[in-house]
Amino acid sequence: MSLLALLPFYPLISFLILISFGKKLSWQLASTISIGAMLLSAGSSAVLINQLGNSESQLITAHLWSWFSLTTTQGSATINVAFYLDALSAVMIAVVTGVGLLIHIYAAAYMKSDENFSRFMAYMNLFIVAMLILVLADNLVLLYLGWEGVGLCSFLLIGFWYQEKANVLAARKAFIVTRIGDTSMAIGLFLLFKSLAQLTIVDVNQAAQLSWKIGDADAYWIALLLLGGAVGKSAQLPLQTWLPDAMAGPTPVSALIHAATMVTAGVYLIARMHEVFLLAPEVMTYTAWLGALTLLLAGVAALAQHDIKRVLAYSTMSQIGYMMLALGAGAWSAGVFHLMTHAFFKALLFLTAGSVILALHHQQNLFKMGGLFKKLPVESLLFIIGLYCLVALPGSSGFFSKEAIIAELWSSPTAGQGLWYCAILGALLTSIYSCRLFFLAFLGKARGNSNLEQHQDGHQENSSQGHLLRLPLILLALLSLFGGLISLDLSSVFSSAIATQAQTNFINEPSWLHTVAIVTPFIGIVFSWFYFKSYRENSCDNIKSSTGAISTFCKSGLGFDRLYQYVLVRPYCCIAKINRRDIIDQVLMLSAWYTKLWYEVLSASQNGSLRWYAAVIGIGVVGLAGVVAL
Amino acid sequence: MMITLLMVGLLLSGALAWYVEGKKVHSARWVALVSTVFLLVYFVLSIIFSSQQNYSELTVLTRVTWIDAFHIEYALAIDYLSIVLLMLTLFLAIICVLVSWHEIQEKAGFYYFNLLAAIAGIVGVFCAVDLFLFFFFWEVMLLPMTALIAIWGHEHRQFAAIKFFIFTQVSSLLMLVAIISTAYFHYQAVGQLSFYYQDWLALDIPLELASYLMFGFFIAFAVKLPSVPVHSWLPDAHTQAPTAGSVLLAGVLLKTGAYGLIRFVIFLFPEASHQFAPVAAVLAVVSILYGAKMAFAQTDFKRLVAYSSISHMGFVMLAVFSFNEIAYQGAIVTLIAHGLSSAALFSLAGMIYSRIHSRDLNDMGGFFKSAPRMGGFALAFAGAAFGLPGLANFIGEFFSLVGAFSAFPVLVVFAAFGLIGSAIYGMVLFQTTFQGPATATLSDLSLREIIISASLLMLLIIFGLFPNIILQYSHYIGVVL
Repeated sequence: MSLLALLPFYPLISFLILISFGKKLSWQLASTISIGAMLLSAGSSAVLINQLGNSESQLITAHLWSWFSLTTTQGSATINVAFYLDALSAVMIAVVTGVGLLIHIYAAAYMKSDENFSRFMAYMNLFIVAMLILVLADNLVLLYLGWEGVGLCSFLLIGFWYQEKANVLAARKAFIVTRIGDTSMAIGLFLLFKSLAQLTIVDVNQAAQLSWKIGDADAYWIALLLLGGAVGKSAQLPLQTWLPDAMAGPTPVSALIHAATMVTAGVYLIARMHEVFLLAPEVMTYTAWLGALTLLLAGVAALAQHDIKRVLAYSTMSQIGYMMLALGAGAWSAGVFHLMTHAFFKALLFLTAGSVILALHHQQNLFKMGGLFKKLPVESLLFIIGLYCLVALPGSSGFFSKEAIIAELWSSPTAGQGLWYCAILGALLTSIYSCRLFFLAFLGKARGNSNLEQHQDGHQENSSQGHLLRLPLILLALLSLFGGLISLDLSSVFSSAIATQAQTNFINEPSWLHTVAIVTPFIGIVFSWFYFKSYRENSCDNIKSSTGAISTFCKSGLGFDRLYQYVLVRPYCCIAKINRRDIIDQVLMLSAWYTKLWYEVLSASQNGSLRWYAAVIGIGVVGLAGVVAL
Repeated sequence: MMITLLMVGLLLSGALAWYVEGKKVHSARWVALVSTVFLLVYFVLSIIFSSQQNYSELTVLTRVTWIDAFHIEYALAIDYLSIVLLMLTLFLAIICVLVSWHEIQEKAGFYYFNLLAAIAGIVGVFCAVDLFLFFFFWEVMLLPMTALIAIWGHEHRQFAAIKFFIFTQVSSLLMLVAIISTAYFHYQAVGQLSFYYQDWLALDIPLELASYLMFGFFIAFAVKLPSVPVHSWLPDAHTQAPTAGSVLLAGVLLKTGAYGLIRFVIFLFPEASHQFAPVAAVLAVVSILYGAKMAFAQTDFKRLVAYSSISHMGFVMLAVFSFNEIAYQGAIVTLIAHGLSSAALFSLAGMIYSRIHSRDLNDMGGFFKSAPRMGGFALAFAGAAFGLPGLANFIGEFFSLVGAFSAFPVLVVFAAFGLIGSAIYGMVLFQTTFQGPATATLSDLSLREIIISASLLMLLIIFGLFPNIILQYSHYIGVVL
């Protein structure tokens, strides 16, 4: 079997071993197995990407077995379990196995004391399996398998500490909300198959070009339904509500699944199916607007959060908004580039936050942190690097990718000036909430973390664990800083898109666009420096979080949860509750009741009393005689 | 001869089990286990090594006169459709015996006799090609099934058994009328009564009459399937039946309804059913959504699974009435997949019941802590129920919906909402049982229970990843449509 075909099997084997032997494995053994499997995957990915660069066709495929065939009157479409590696999926496997490996190493240290350690690592490995299948699938059904698989793993890992009711509910919410998107995607597949009789991605893209014109109704609906799937998985409007709650999972999970890989699956899907989207320019505009609205909404919501992980969750949502915006604007390469750099710096931010949370005995409330810069200098430095990239200050990886996106918005036929302003406003919001986060956690006076020193001592004994925690962080920091220098050549994938884009002229753009884009984050920082003065100064003992109506509204993610609660969840539960006894059954059982009624009436008449019988006979005779007489 | 031997074997081993239990306690279950395993092996081998290699067309195995005056024959025939369903039946028979192992302590001999007799009846239903004989088997499987519920069931067993009996009886009465009418029509057309399936296929029945006849059959099978609005016997019967009874009901008995729809309604009255298809498809979609919705509302583990069965059978009916090959294949795979997954969930309910003596979800929670293996299997089976790709149910649902989409696009969009509904009840089922604060400490699965769960899960995974094992046999029949 080829290297490509084996790629998902290393973590799969590791998953099977860990899940079968579970608690019998020691920490050393369990972490060696799971990290070893990831190492194999990451190593093979590196070799594969190298091979891909050297190959003529820019393409490597692996056929495992034929899954099933769909026979129609026109012929039969065979759906294979087969992998397809091109420049786009190469970026994805690099992120999934590379960042995945680093997060696995971190997780091995982070979760060391958990009694279900091997189960945790098993789920993480299973997630990698599903994610690799998702990005490597050569057809949409196999992609859907990976798609559902990552959803299931996300569910399992959010609810990993399943004895807490809140975690259980968060896991359920994540699964069901994304499932709504998945259903939209499934309907999209049905329509696609009906229309083109193909589900293999290459064939679909070819057939789409041949059989549809730009603006075709089928292309419109299919693109729209696929977009529905993408917004579910990538936590965009209107299905974004699950992501903040998903932070209930252990922090490495948030880094791996809910920042670096799974939530970007929607972006990958749209980029993968870009040929269809190019034929539906309206849907591309919708994508851009959804992305823009989500990035603004999430930016505003991030400003009001108390929980460090929830700030990062909203930040993730907002950065994926940028990616969606890029895709909608036709800036395909820029969107994928931002996907990659975001994976680096957001994983770094989450993992560093995890270290901070661990050091503070699972304290996640920003208002109970403060002054950590002096106590955790290494973590603080790493966090600064992460924020530096997030805010997209010049030189960082985030700078390159975000500027690439913003540069293409103004003249894009499917985006335009309005969206450019949204993106700039989003950049401003990003820098403001990043500063707020940094000031609250790392500057100012220490609030309620007296245990820190003592805990640090405890850490010293366990220096190997400390090294394991720091090593991935430092590597991620390097990637975040210099990841922008990786040149992604996706022209082989997006060739048709580039052809259409060549017609666009950039001549009418005003000259100040780039300057504004670069300066905006600094404006945000300067603004925050003064506006959040109290957060960064030592003088304030106890910072009160704002409890005003607007702040609460923003903290709740702009009321979407409540809206859905009233519009969808309550009615569903209410109808279920009312009809628990099954109204149809009740109606049918009326016939039983009716039969029983007559049974009782008639058996009451058979009472064995002679006088009663005689009386009834008498009445009957008189009655009959009366009828005859009349 | 093969099928006759199979039925006689089942009945005789049932009788033997009944007899030996009187001599020595706990011997009946061994007799039942050995005989069901032996018969499954016998059947599989005899199909593989039979002189005839291809069963893509209905192959008559036995045809002798039974009641000469009415030209009623004892005629048995099989094709791949019946072979696939027979294998499912015989496999689940073993599962039924295994789940009853410790559960049934009273009148165990008579219990195993009833179990095996019901299975013998089901085997007959899948093979009979004389409609009178079919009706005979249809009733034969009903009686022992009712006895299983009425004698070894839970607290409201009498009520559930009577409800089950009356629903099925009333509906099969309509079928009987339709059977006799068709035979009489044959008499008018050809000059001789006939109940033989192949004779009926040759009949050219006027559309209006065919519609009435088709409807008679349809009602009987829709009740058995079951479809909304005639589904309500199922939750009661499932909930009150002993574990093996539920496994048998969900795993096999419902499939006789689907089998009847395909074999008799569609094939005997193609035009009439084509005309009727929109109504049936609407009923199917209503079943999918209503079943999923009702499943979510339940607080009884078995009742929840029972309503989910209604939802899944809706996919089958939608697929069957879509009249295309993909949907047809989807229906077959769904039958097998649901047979395995619902059997698995009911077995699981039995395993939990044997530990905490309750089916109420409010009494459950946090079992994952003390019984992680059981939890893992439960998750996998719940995953099968909500159509997780990689398991057989996904293939079935996907094929059904892809196929049905070309016939009823709007309805399929509604049916797809069933995917959300199934995720909701699947999650509720798994999470309220195994997650949350631990309410009780359970002993994890015993070896016997691991064998049951693992074999079911293995089959679900195999058919999910290599569905061609089933699909290659449901190929040709589809072309006929």
